[in-house]
Amino acid sequence: MNKADYKNVFVFVEQRGGVIQPVAFELIGKARELADALGEKVVALFPGCGIKAQAQTLIEAGADQVVVMDAPELKDYLTEQYSQAIHQAIMHFMPSIVLIGATTIGRDLGPRLSARLETGLTADCTKLEISEEKELMMTRPAFGGNLMATIMCTEHRPQMSTVRPGVMRRRELDKNRKGEVVDFAVKFDASKFNVKLLETVKNEGNQVDITEAKILVSGGRGVQNTEGFAKLQQLADVFGSKAQVSSSRAMVDAGVMDHDRQVGQTGKTVRPNLYLACGISGAIQHLAGMEESELIIAINKDKFAPIFSVADLGIVGDLHKIVPMLTERLKKEIKK
Amino acid sequence: MKIVVCIKQVPDTTDVKINPQTGTIIREGIPSIMNPDDKGGLELALRLKDEFGAHVTVITMGPPQADAVLREAYAMGVDRAILLTDRAFAGADTLATSHALAFALNCIEHDLIITGRQAIDGDTAQVGPQIAEHLKLAQISYVADARFDGKDKFTVKKELEDGYQMLEVHTPCLFTVLASAIKPRYMSVRGICEAFDKEVEIWTVANINADPEKLGGKGSPTRVKKSFAKALKQPGEVKEGTPEELVDIIVAKLKEKFII
Repeated sequence: MNKADYKNVFVFVEQRGGVIQPVAFELIGKARELADALGEKVVALFPGCGIKAQAQTLIEAGADQVVVMDAPELKDYLTEQYSQAIHQAIMHFMPSIVLIGATTIGRDLGPRLSARLETGLTADCTKLEISEEKELMMTRPAFGGNLMATIMCTEHRPQMSTVRPGVMRRRELDKNRKGEVVDFAVKFDASKFNVKLLETVKNEGNQVDITEAKILVSGGRGVQNTEGFAKLQQLADVFGSKAQVSSSRAMVDAGVMDHDRQVGQTGKTVRPNLYLACGISGAIQHLAGMEESELIIAINKDKFAPIFSVADLGIVGDLHKIVPMLTERLKKEIKK
Repeated sequence: MKIVVCIKQVPDTTDVKINPQTGTIIREGIPSIMNPDDKGGLELALRLKDEFGAHVTVITMGPPQADAVLREAYAMGVDRAILLTDRAFAGADTLATSHALAFALNCIEHDLIITGRQAIDGDTAQVGPQIAEHLKLAQISYVADARFDGKDKFTVKKELEDGYQMLEVHTPCLFTVLASAIKPRYMSVRGICEAFDKEVEIWTVANINADPEKLGGKGSPTRVKKSFAKALKQPGEVKEGTPEELVDIIVAKLKEKFII
């Protein structure tokens, strides 16, 4: 392998039902920084069916080139179909770096591809940088977030990593950005297709995406129960639609809150403008998912709770008294 | 039906402490457990054994102490246990680990291979799909349930972020299983007693017909450049007082930061 043959930073653009997922824009934002540091291009790999019209958006987000793979086989994500498509594109274009969102799709596709390519893959990176030797430095949490490790893949290409949604920042769309859209025809080997999609079912009820909320009122063990969370919801309601209620793992395991509202290592990574942690002690796995928030205010009875080590403002007190009182105060303040 | 379940012994990361001076894990006194997702996978295999008489083998790659998780698997009801242990596997990243396991799995009859979705010490979720690729098997990850038709077909429920998918797959294939969806059984008392008399087969590189270039540090494309304890940001102020005073402080902070 000659490393010099491999160039440019590629992003796997994930779409579901024809909708480009937010993580793709976040990765293009990061890829732009890496490509600029290397003096190379950002290329978006865009598989799907009937999706070509959206390629321009990816250019506006920061891509120099979009490789559109438009085929009925790629309508819905299936491991083998997508592995064949992305593998062929990588063999053809020979990227030096490939970034993939660490979603249920990306974490299924990434390792399959890395094994097919016999190259390294670093999972769930929280930081990506270019070294002085122009190598990719991939930093990720290990041991449940207790330890950070910086990993490199210097003798193999491409260098691959997955990045969780919400970790990198997307750039503002630039309507004037110019780029190139190219079509890439995949030669499928259908004899390898052994998985059939019967149906995709979305969870019922109002879908909440806590990663999109500007304000999170988050509850832990100290909230105790559903009645406790009702108090947090009333507080969140004061801020309107930009606020959501989220939860620590303890309350999800206890069945009080749904998993899609869980913040932390095994839940979601969030970075809202305000993270109000109520009755959350602050296990390291939880901190890993929220410590990048702009402003962290923590309310806890225990003044030695680890959550206070990351809080901008720590409030030692009983949330069951403070939260309702704060709700009433904020109603008045916001009316003013 | 022949099922092989890959399991891993892991430190219980909820108890892990970091030495702040050296930035390394303090391993002393940390209990070792069977990785939770692997245990969920083992339970799925044992249900298929209960219903269809499947033969279940467990394999783990690790140091000799990993024997403990194989005994636990015997106590839960598996038929055969293999410990893959050799200095040649040391320093393996996920790709080299998947190669070692794939070489071993090639030597074991299988219609279905099950791994956990991910291990709690690394959280990569990579080894299962990488094994599937090496063995040219179809994979389904994030499996929450799998129904067998009694012949050669599974109907599988795969969890997604905002829902689930139903998929159909023919054997041979590989599943990576979620612990949260499949609650493992307890060891039976009789199983525990018998587990210590049962044979754990010890396999080394010599047993698995492996390409040594693909194993251990040599077969690992990635290298850990450095590891360090996470630098926490400077803590802010911590306030005590009456609820009224504290609410005032919060409101003042929200105003200062233009939240309200």
